[in-house]
Amino acid sequence: MSVKVKIPAALRQYTQNQSDLQVDASTVEETLQKLDRLFPGLRSFILNESNELRRYVNIFVNGKDIRAGEGITTKLKEGDQVRIVPAVAGG
Amino acid sequence: MDSKKGKAEVNVLLGTRKGVFILQSDRRRRAWKMKGPFLQSSPVFHMAFDPRDGKTIYAAVNSGHFGPTVQRSRNFGKTWENAEKPPRFPESSGLNVENVWHVEPGLADEPDTVYAGVAPGALFRSEDGGSSWEMNQGLNNHPSRAEWQPGAGGLCLHSIVLDPSRPKRMYVGISAVGVFKSEDAGETWGVKNKNVRADFAPDKYPEFGQCVHKLVMDPKKPDNLYQQNHCGVYRTSDAAESWVEISKGLPSTFGFPMAIHPHDSERFYVMPEEGDFFRVMANKEFAVYETENAGRTWMKRTKGMPKEKAYVGSYREGLATDQLDPVGVYAATRMGHLFHSADEGKSWRLIAQWLPPIYSVSTATIT
Repeated sequence: MSVKVKIPAALRQYTQNQSDLQVDASTVEETLQKLDRLFPGLRSFILNESNELRRYVNIFVNGKDIRAGEGITTKLKEGDQVRIVPAVAGG
Repeated sequence: MDSKKGKAEVNVLLGTRKGVFILQSDRRRRAWKMKGPFLQSSPVFHMAFDPRDGKTIYAAVNSGHFGPTVQRSRNFGKTWENAEKPPRFPESSGLNVENVWHVEPGLADEPDTVYAGVAPGALFRSEDGGSSWEMNQGLNNHPSRAEWQPGAGGLCLHSIVLDPSRPKRMYVGISAVGVFKSEDAGETWGVKNKNVRADFAPDKYPEFGQCVHKLVMDPKKPDNLYQQNHCGVYRTSDAAESWVEISKGLPSTFGFPMAIHPHDSERFYVMPEEGDFFRVMANKEFAVYETENAGRTWMKRTKGMPKEKAYVGSYREGLATDQLDPVGVYAATRMGHLFHSADEGKSWRLIAQWLPPIYSVSTATIT
């Protein structure tokens, strides 16, 4: 199923400056795998090698933080919006 | 190369907390033009110019948000390519790369090989010019690894030294573990810390657990290496089988950066600091110390340096030399200053200031 992905400004240097992408995926994890095929190395900016979301990166699916739910195994439906958002760092 | 004549260009590569800056000059090194920042906002711990192709720069990039990676530019910073498969531990290891501390191009006869040192305590190798990376198994499986303890900056592998005279011989330095040597291109590693003191440990001369801060090789005598350690400056003349302390004549035993003279054997530079718990210039005096005899005697170099008390220090990659004759020396501070000597350290001048904290300075000499 096709989902929309919003790329933050700080990562657009790795997506040929594209902010809005569309991939076929049924989970957040699969979305990141598909993105990595399109833009090799991109996944490693979002997940570490233990497959955990990096501490200062958040992902929202239709506005909901996946950390509060199923994490990267969160299931997706046709048309869902996956938004990658760097955490606000600082005080 | 005749570095005394002809057209030459020096590029000084600065890895800073907020990205990359590059200063350029001709061989006279009087006027400097600065480019950048490139990789804006990304902390860059180290940069290395690849003399094998004369155009590639590697950068150890450590984003607080997006993690560590190695990036490559083939046009002196205009555009950058990210590693498609950055240095990452195998998932089964349970380890995560925290930071990339050092990048080191391979020897001349392996044009696509690049090494990267990371925390926690690992060496990675790329055989495709930095696009993909594999962990060195021999070091990661070293029997002593379970007992390794990090230094204040983490368990960082910050020094990678290749022996051009014996292509299978290489060294790494890890804080706070010490120096390791391989004679088989990284298949196996031996601990090489004999006679190096660890003042902070119950056993002052353990087999490992020494806090090496920087390791460099004498290009004319590859069996001679020098290390700035947490507890002194040391020399080996037997390829790290044993070490001799050469701190006498320096104002302190503590410091981070070292830079080797590329043409004269036994000649190198250090920047001593007060000590472990007060990391500012020794005696609060901004100075570079130079030896011409492998540390038997030292000369303090301050001509042209600020006279004010210097409550500032330098990071471990904060000293560099270029390849020209006379050799240029570059000394960076944690406060964003860059000092330069065009006469091998005899006199200095400030060539950049108000930059972000400078993590590393390295050079690319194009002739």
